[in-house]
Amino acid sequence: MIPTPFDYVRADSIEQALDLLNEHGDAAKLLAGGHSLLPLMKLRLASPEVLVDIGRLAELSYVRDGGDHVAIGALTSHDDLSRSALIAAELPVLAHVAGQIGDPQVRHRGTIGGSIAHGDPASDLPAVVLALGGTLVLTGPSEIREVSSSKFHLGFLETAVAPDEILTEIRLPKMGSRGWGFEKLTKRAQDWAIVGAVAVCLDGNGSVGVGLINVGPVPTRALSVEAAVAAGSGAAEAAAHADTGIDVTGDLNASESFRRHLTRVLVERALETALAGEPA
Amino acid sequence: MDIAMTLNGSEVTFDVEPRTLLVNYIREAAGLKGTNIGCDTSSCGACTVLLDGRSVKSCTVLAAQADGSSITTIEGLAEADGTMHPVQRAFHEKHGLQCGYCTPGMVMAIVSLLGERGDHELTEADIRHGLEGNLCRCTGYHNIVQAAMAAARARELRS
Repeated sequence: MIPTPFDYVRADSIEQALDLLNEHGDAAKLLAGGHSLLPLMKLRLASPEVLVDIGRLAELSYVRDGGDHVAIGALTSHDDLSRSALIAAELPVLAHVAGQIGDPQVRHRGTIGGSIAHGDPASDLPAVVLALGGTLVLTGPSEIREVSSSKFHLGFLETAVAPDEILTEIRLPKMGSRGWGFEKLTKRAQDWAIVGAVAVCLDGNGSVGVGLINVGPVPTRALSVEAAVAAGSGAAEAAAHADTGIDVTGDLNASESFRRHLTRVLVERALETALAGEPA
Repeated sequence: MDIAMTLNGSEVTFDVEPRTLLVNYIREAAGLKGTNIGCDTSSCGACTVLLDGRSVKSCTVLAAQADGSSITTIEGLAEADGTMHPVQRAFHEKHGLQCGYCTPGMVMAIVSLLGERGDHELTEADIRHGLEGNLCRCTGYHNIVQAAMAAARARELRS
């Protein structure tokens, strides 16, 4: 399978990439690791006229201590996330989930920014960012703006990133040794989740963040579960309504009703693990 | 467009379309047919090569993305006199293949895994997790994992 013809330009700086986006408008598409975009192009579900390759901008591949948060460059690979000592210490849930994405070859190429900007509800990392209440940094031609993860995913494969902007950094509040849980059901080890759930204890007062993978058309927070836990419910009680209020997808892998069932079961398991992992 | 890379230690340049995939660059432009195309959807791992030392699925990388990089394929492992790479030797000794179609990708994935893990001892679980991206439809993986463990042990004995 070969993509339709396109022009390829490699950007050597963020500024040059922004200029290229400005010059080519809707015809252009950013390429990072290519592990979301290239499969779509090979299937000819996407046919950008100009590919702006930012994949080798070393200035966007980093993990930095930002005080109360960890700042992650958008081009940091899943493999680098899973091996970072800072992430292992301050965001262990991210280290674990990044190490479970796809397979080693995919983790060598795929990037956190590419995964989040692609906006696929089946991706694992958006759910982690949602559960942690992260912030996305978007760099445009005239300003740099910060968008809350809860306002970032607007629709199926649609995000708050404007056509002339680049997602450059992901900021995640440090969780240290707080409890967390991650569950995903796949057919084969390397597959996308049929359904997945991430639960993170956000403070010492019983507040949790819960992100859902591949449940609805967009990466989703399980707000009803978060509210139930905040009101004092245990894992089983809170998870019993995990699918409430969500436009749940039915597809070849799982009917809507089976996916609702999986959502409740996996959220309960992730919550149980998260709550049990809280320091006494 | 001209795409240049170091392919198995040799500098090569070929004029290809921007949409050329790395696996097609390797097989068609450079004529190295040891890298197989299996699923062509980044699932099976038959097309695994090393890009700057790390395993990638060359069906899901543009040749242009590898411009200026170092690529190692199965043809680049053995020494000039034909002496097999330790992972190739382990596959030979442990009968780690049947039809052989997945083998180049399996071998490259294991070479990458051994390189990434440095001096850490590799457990069977590490190897099975590390081979999640490579599918074999013949052998049931047992002898492939045995070969990988033999290669890992041989490395530890040398170091």
